[in-house]
Amino acid sequence: MEAMNHLPFIVGSYVAAFVIGAGLVSWVMIDYRTQRRALAELELRGLKRRSASVRPERPMTEANEKA
Amino acid sequence: MALADLANPSRFLSLANRVIPWLGGLTVIAFAFGLNLAMGAPDDYQQGATVKIMFLHVPSAWLGMLGWGVMSISALGTLVWRHPLADVAAKAAAPIGAAFTLLCLITGSLWGRPEWGTYWVWDARLTSELVLFLLYLGVIAVWRTVEDPSRAARAAAILTLVGAIDLPIIKFSVDWWNTLHQSASVFRMGGPTIYPTILIPLLVMTLAFTLLFVTLHLAAMRNEILRRRVRTLRLMQASAVS
Repeated sequence: MEAMNHLPFIVGSYVAAFVIGAGLVSWVMIDYRTQRRALAELELRGLKRRSASVRPERPMTEANEKA
Repeated sequence: MALADLANPSRFLSLANRVIPWLGGLTVIAFAFGLNLAMGAPDDYQQGATVKIMFLHVPSAWLGMLGWGVMSISALGTLVWRHPLADVAAKAAAPIGAAFTLLCLITGSLWGRPEWGTYWVWDARLTSELVLFLLYLGVIAVWRTVEDPSRAARAAAILTLVGAIDLPIIKFSVDWWNTLHQSASVFRMGGPTIYPTILIPLLVMTLAFTLLFVTLHLAAMRNEILRRRVRTLRLMQASAVS
């Protein structure tokens, strides 16, 4: 009987935890996709960070040296 | 890979991309195990079935404080060592910590109504927890209003270190003042006072919540690094146009 009286408080707590947890996970995933898409669009326009444009050269140089 | 190597955002991204899926999987397993134990836990002899709210309330309270602790260490990293990832870590932790503090306040309120007869009282523990939530909102507001990220980082770091005073107040409020909130029953001198049939589900749920926090924090840090790269490229684009 007591458990039935308190059920809305227990269920309400677990629903709140689910909503907040799912909200956090969704926020992180949507933000990740948004940033990845924005970065890809900018790189398509030929924009690259200086450090990003330097880094791929190293493996190629190493490959050339081995060759 | 040495710990210092993680100061390089590219290396951090590479590590985060590898670790996040594993941590996510571990979190799901820990929650499945923890919720199974929590639902099977016996009712408390005084509180009855409402003790099940504790399996959410205590971990969220812990994570609210852990979030601010992470931000405080990061604030030192920003102000003292100027670590490249320190302000990224602090900014990423703020909304997550705020969300868990809000969950702590909601579940505490829903637990308080059947046990104390009220959703809210202005006692030391509840008020200091509400102050923590407001501090989180303040730090998020600083990050959103100050446009220059390095200036925002310094301002947020100072606010974070000042706000860290609230952490011992929350922890010891139940010892320093007469409060409606119960005193410490898990992390206390002399060991926990909770019976193992309730303590074990609580510890497993705390582990699951902590894994969720770590996973979300790493993912949010990864997002923040990408956001800064996007910002840099947009500035480069703007300067090229002008």
